[in-house]
Amino acid sequence: MTEQPVTPAADAVVRISGVDKLFGSDSGSVTTALQGINLDIGRGEFVSLIGPSGCGKSTLLRIIGDLIQPTTGSVTVNGKLCAVARHDRDYGMVFQAPVLFDWRTVEDNVKLPLELMGWDKARRDARASEMLNLVELGEFLRHRPYQLSGGMQQRVAIARALAFEPSILLMDEPFGALDEMTRERMNQEVLRIWERTGITVVFVTHSIPEAVFLSSRVVVMSARPGRITDLIDIDLPRPRDVETREQPRYFELVTDVREALRRGGADQIEPGVDEVPEGASAERTRVEGGIG
Amino acid sequence: MTTSVPESLAPPGTRRFRSSETPAQERMSRRRRVTLLVAFAAAILFLWEAVKWLGGVPWRYENLFGSGTDFFHDPPLRFPFATDLNLPHWWDILGALAAPVQRNQDQSLLQFLLGASFYTWREAALGFLVGALLGLLLATLFVHYGLLERAFVPYVVASQTIPIVALAPMIVFAFGPSITSVVVVATYLTFFPVTIAMIRGLRSPDPRALELMRSYAASKWQIYRHVRLPASLPYLFTALKIAATASIVGAIIGEGPGGIPDGLGRAIINFNQQYISGPEKLWGTILVSSLLGVVFFLLIVVAERFTLRNRPGAAHG
Repeated sequence: MTEQPVTPAADAVVRISGVDKLFGSDSGSVTTALQGINLDIGRGEFVSLIGPSGCGKSTLLRIIGDLIQPTTGSVTVNGKLCAVARHDRDYGMVFQAPVLFDWRTVEDNVKLPLELMGWDKARRDARASEMLNLVELGEFLRHRPYQLSGGMQQRVAIARALAFEPSILLMDEPFGALDEMTRERMNQEVLRIWERTGITVVFVTHSIPEAVFLSSRVVVMSARPGRITDLIDIDLPRPRDVETREQPRYFELVTDVREALRRGGADQIEPGVDEVPEGASAERTRVEGGIG
Repeated sequence: MTTSVPESLAPPGTRRFRSSETPAQERMSRRRRVTLLVAFAAAILFLWEAVKWLGGVPWRYENLFGSGTDFFHDPPLRFPFATDLNLPHWWDILGALAAPVQRNQDQSLLQFLLGASFYTWREAALGFLVGALLGLLLATLFVHYGLLERAFVPYVVASQTIPIVALAPMIVFAFGPSITSVVVVATYLTFFPVTIAMIRGLRSPDPRALELMRSYAASKWQIYRHVRLPASLPYLFTALKIAATASIVGAIIGEGPGGIPDGLGRAIINFNQQYISGPEKLWGTILVSSLLGVVFFLLIVVAERFTLRNRPGAAHG
């Protein structure tokens, strides 16, 4: 662990400074996915990234997780470059699809990262059942992923992401594919886990109620170029439950986020993706290939 | 908030299980499959003899079934392909299989052919094994090194456009008239389907599965071992089924120029030369050869069922 304090301000776990991301396409055009992103995320925060499709929120999440590289700018996590953080296994990832492996049982799916990280068997066994109990799937250890419902599969994915005790949980629209009822229950579940573990969460969503209900802070983004247009603190009391969704303050905050999105131009007709943004040609030399 | 959410968050009826059929239904559909298979075989045999009845040469059977009566039928038409030389009665083929392989020998033709089949199968299986491993190796290299893929895949494809009958003598020239040459010919025919299918199979995982592995800082080997390889298994078995039958063909073809006296290849050549005097022997040999291919194919199906028994949809794979 190379713990070098990079301007040690206020307990920031994630520090994003001056991040731009350009994507080039085969036809030679260039899209600015992200422009001038600066964001600090504190320890134990629950931060949601919200914005219209094409605002680069998933791209930003992947840059934080060192799955793709920014064109300019830097990201540090726990005071380390994000590449170092990834090799230190600081990230737990949850995607929109559960991405469970059918050739493994539920239990063995949760154990996969532990195997890769060289945990011994006794510790793996104990940890896997602990995590599956945490997401209340303790009795489904020996099931196959395809025998579970979508919501249950996503809970297995969460258990897997938390199993090796990463310091940050990166969630990319994890409940986007679930129906509204299941989604609300999953929101509750995720809050419960967050409160119990104290982990830092970065959560990408396009649902305003979800962002408000879950977050300590909502990062509002807008598209073309993708940029941060607003930061909204969510001061709803905790613990939050079903009743939270019925409080006047909750509706105020939902309205705040909605208006922030509108100010950012989320309701405008989106231009074609292949359009070359102004000033892109100057950046062209640094453009990497698209993510496909 | 920290109170637990009831037993299962899943609404009832959303748990999906592998097979939608009850065991009774499964038995039923299996019985139906077998019935269909037998009915189809019977239909072919019937059609075969119907053609001969219509346009073959006269049927002469003296002392039919030991009943003392003679049987004679003169087909109304004469099809050139339906003579006893071109299309023997299938019961004559079965009779030839039961008869001694040569005059004054104890061994029946069927026994002889089964021995030859086993001999050929061992060569084919060896070539199959080497070819499958070679295909796996090539696909693994191609998937990890795009440059190698672009450079060599065209040659892999081109290798299969050369007729194997043209290539087999050259292989024998290179490796000598021995089992080795036969195995090389079988390998040559089997590595190709495995290579092509595994390039696809090793690339089949969801890109997010690869991102997930990357977030674990997993090594290339770990990604290969835990994601790419298991995800590719259905593709592998599809290729192995093709390769199994191709390896038999390869071994039979290789045995000719390879000068192997004990396999089906030599038997086919010999009975080809004796065709005028006994066409049933060649027909019998062809029948046994194709059965050998079917048996090898079924062996792979069994291995596939076993290996993929826990995958979704495995029941009908």
